[in-house]
Amino acid sequence: MTSTIEAPRSPYTRSAKKSGVNWEKWGWIYMRVSGVVLVVLIFGHLFVNLMIGEGVSALNFAFVAGKLTNPFWMTWDIIMLWLALIHGGNGMRTLVNDYATSRMSRGILKIAILVSVVALIVLGTLVVFTFDPCPAGAPADLVASFCKSL
Amino acid sequence: MPQKAGTLDSQQKTTSRRPAGTLYRGNTGMWSWVLHRITGVAIFFFLLVHILDTALVRVSPEAYNAVIGQYQTPIMGLGEVALVGAIVFHAFNGLRIILIDFWNAKYQRVLFYVVIGLWVVTMLGFVPRHLINVFSH
Repeated sequence: MTSTIEAPRSPYTRSAKKSGVNWEKWGWIYMRVSGVVLVVLIFGHLFVNLMIGEGVSALNFAFVAGKLTNPFWMTWDIIMLWLALIHGGNGMRTLVNDYATSRMSRGILKIAILVSVVALIVLGTLVVFTFDPCPAGAPADLVASFCKSL
Repeated sequence: MPQKAGTLDSQQKTTSRRPAGTLYRGNTGMWSWVLHRITGVAIFFFLLVHILDTALVRVSPEAYNAVIGQYQTPIMGLGEVALVGAIVFHAFNGLRIILIDFWNAKYQRVLFYVVIGLWVVTMLGFVPRHLINVFSH
């Protein structure tokens, strides 16, 4: 059995389409730019939620209510949501291209990734912008202390 | 039999038994790449679950507290150590990839050991404090 190996540095032949946006290049740039921002956002998220005070043991509805009524943390979480899901979805797309061998399985898996990413971006964005920290009828001991003054 | 330029038969492709400098096999370059992919997939699936569980704040305080209570159990507490370990590796190795791309690829091996060192330091800061938070409640 023989296989052909092209001479080193032979030009990489692209499909006939020469013009237009080079999406793979922008995807490559996106992974690096979003990666740097995500290091800051996720390390900050982990520090505030797992390291400060009693860490994971202090997390509850009232804790989240305190963050999601603060424009600083709302902005932080929205940017983190969008950057992380697109970064993760594009990374999963890379793995599918590498490991899924048939055209059909690549297509199905990439559509599944796209649907998951879009659905969770929409869900997460709606949750942040429609969040009600003091739902009507909620027990007073489960909601944030600032609900009393309403 | 004379070999045509540019073709190798399947046996000649694997004549090298030991990596010898330029071969991308079995060394820090390959293992950092493998770990980057494994941690990336793990983090992606956790992210899907984590957005769904956080979305429960829109259902009711009781529903959210029931699920976040699961994150505070000892088993999940150990799972969070694994999760943070994966995130910290992926983060530092991602910065290493950027340095290889934009700075100088010849430092990739020493940068891998820098990643491991920073990972150990970060985990030494996180794990004891996190385990105290998990197991003292």
